[in-house]
Amino acid sequence: MFLTDDEKRMRDGAEGDAVAAAMDLLIRYGAALDAPRLCDIRNVAGTMTQPSPVKARLVAEGGWDKAFAVINLDSDADLTIPPMRVPTCQLQHGFGPDSVDIVPYPRANVDLQSDAESFYGRHGVNILATCTPYQVGNLPLRGEHCAWMESSAVIYANSVLGARTNCEGIASTGAASLTGRIPCWGNHRDENRFGTHLISVSGLTVESFQDWGMLGYFAGSVSGEDRPVITGSLSRPDLTELKHFGAAAATSGGVELYHIPGITPEAASVEAAFGPGASVPDAVVYGPAERAAVYETLNEIGSSTDVDFILLGCPHASLEQIRQAASLLDGKRLASGTELWIMAPRALKVMADRSGYTAVIERAGGQVLTDSCPAMSRTAPAGTRVFATDSAKQAHYLPAILGIEAWFGTTEECIAAAVTGRWNGELR
Amino acid sequence: MSGKVVLHGRMVVPGSVEGEALVSHEPISGWGGIDPARGVVIEPRHELYGVCFTGKILVFPSAKGSSGWSGFFQTTRLSGTAPIGMIIGRISAKSALGAVVTRVPAITDLDADPCSVIATGDWLLLDNSTVEVTKR
Repeated sequence: MFLTDDEKRMRDGAEGDAVAAAMDLLIRYGAALDAPRLCDIRNVAGTMTQPSPVKARLVAEGGWDKAFAVINLDSDADLTIPPMRVPTCQLQHGFGPDSVDIVPYPRANVDLQSDAESFYGRHGVNILATCTPYQVGNLPLRGEHCAWMESSAVIYANSVLGARTNCEGIASTGAASLTGRIPCWGNHRDENRFGTHLISVSGLTVESFQDWGMLGYFAGSVSGEDRPVITGSLSRPDLTELKHFGAAAATSGGVELYHIPGITPEAASVEAAFGPGASVPDAVVYGPAERAAVYETLNEIGSSTDVDFILLGCPHASLEQIRQAASLLDGKRLASGTELWIMAPRALKVMADRSGYTAVIERAGGQVLTDSCPAMSRTAPAGTRVFATDSAKQAHYLPAILGIEAWFGTTEECIAAAVTGRWNGELR
Repeated sequence: MSGKVVLHGRMVVPGSVEGEALVSHEPISGWGGIDPARGVVIEPRHELYGVCFTGKILVFPSAKGSSGWSGFFQTTRLSGTAPIGMIIGRISAKSALGAVVTRVPAITDLDADPCSVIATGDWLLLDNSTVEVTKR
């Protein structure tokens, strides 16, 4: 892999051992990818503060410098971590102090994470604490090279914003934060940003939040790690719907970039989405039968209709989603033995508090929680056996992570289940 | 079936290792897909559900799902539950970084589909850019 003089200096230790370790990891990683060179980046979204048993052990052994060296730089050396070289944010992590007495999450983890926030804040990490940095001020521009992790944020940045990032990991974002470099491979390169699969919606119109999620789940299962182009009978989506669509496509497959001609920025037309001179492939149809099959897949883990936990806000809820939940819950009361958690970025919860939405949700017995989610923290209300969600991603993952049953439906069905304690969803 | 087959590919992580193959025909998830404490696949609909990959050479078509992939496989190394090698059908940022931080020999871009040629239980010698397959 080609290295610039600056990069060789970093590798050789001119900027200290930690930067040298970061460059060493990027060189090993670049070689693994067969990348021709590195590219300059100044926007990193990674994770450093999330508690884990391994991290707790490393912090006990050698403090946060040790934990960052081992986990975020893949280095066994004793390093002193310098300030982040380029703007870097913390994605979602564990539950924080505002969750204590609500969420059965180990207090030791809350304390470890608070300690981490203090360390990393001093090193210049913006503690956004959300899987949706693009909802709280981290909005890379079209064409901007980034090093982001969190599959739902990566697909949003590439597809909706036209920024350029691969689905990076903990060590590559750690190394990027200290060097401002990432392998120039995959989504960073023009030739890898054109569509590979054409999906045509026919026989129905995709216009609801639920339908955008199911279409995303279908698109991921059809295109795997490739790049679907979505066309046909679609309403104009908003941020919330594309957040759901992308998270689902990144869950059932490994989609990091899609195009919706006329809507997303890099595809003015179907032809443009596949690139100059390329032929447009035959379309895979998404119709009523495919829609029903996705619905069945997402609901196959559910058998008991006695629901004890409702989870909204995966990826983290928009202010509009919190407002909608408040509106549906206004004047109602959750069934006894049923809990409702709405996950949101803390910055948006502040606005929800100020707008009065949180108070309405809490009066009904629900909670607006921040920083984390049940899947990230492996935590649900005590005794949960059956949960319901409006998120295709959470319906996919949470049964495996917590060993519980899942129902997937509309936001309205989820709120109704929270109020009655019964699942009564169906595909309409 | 018996005998030997040699596959050629591109080295992802250098090194040489010998051991038993564990083949997945489906992509593997890290976060939500494996339990690093036990080295076991936990995705309910997965063909390797409940199967332990510790000490095996893991043969799989690609990595899917969350960007936690590499971190989860790094944790298998730190927990002593890691596979001893990786043979990856199609490389991606997740699996490339995953192999690097698991610090095991890894290879991709083989001249035949490794998930068809290799079966679980075959004995493999993975040496930088070649894989010698001894059929069980």
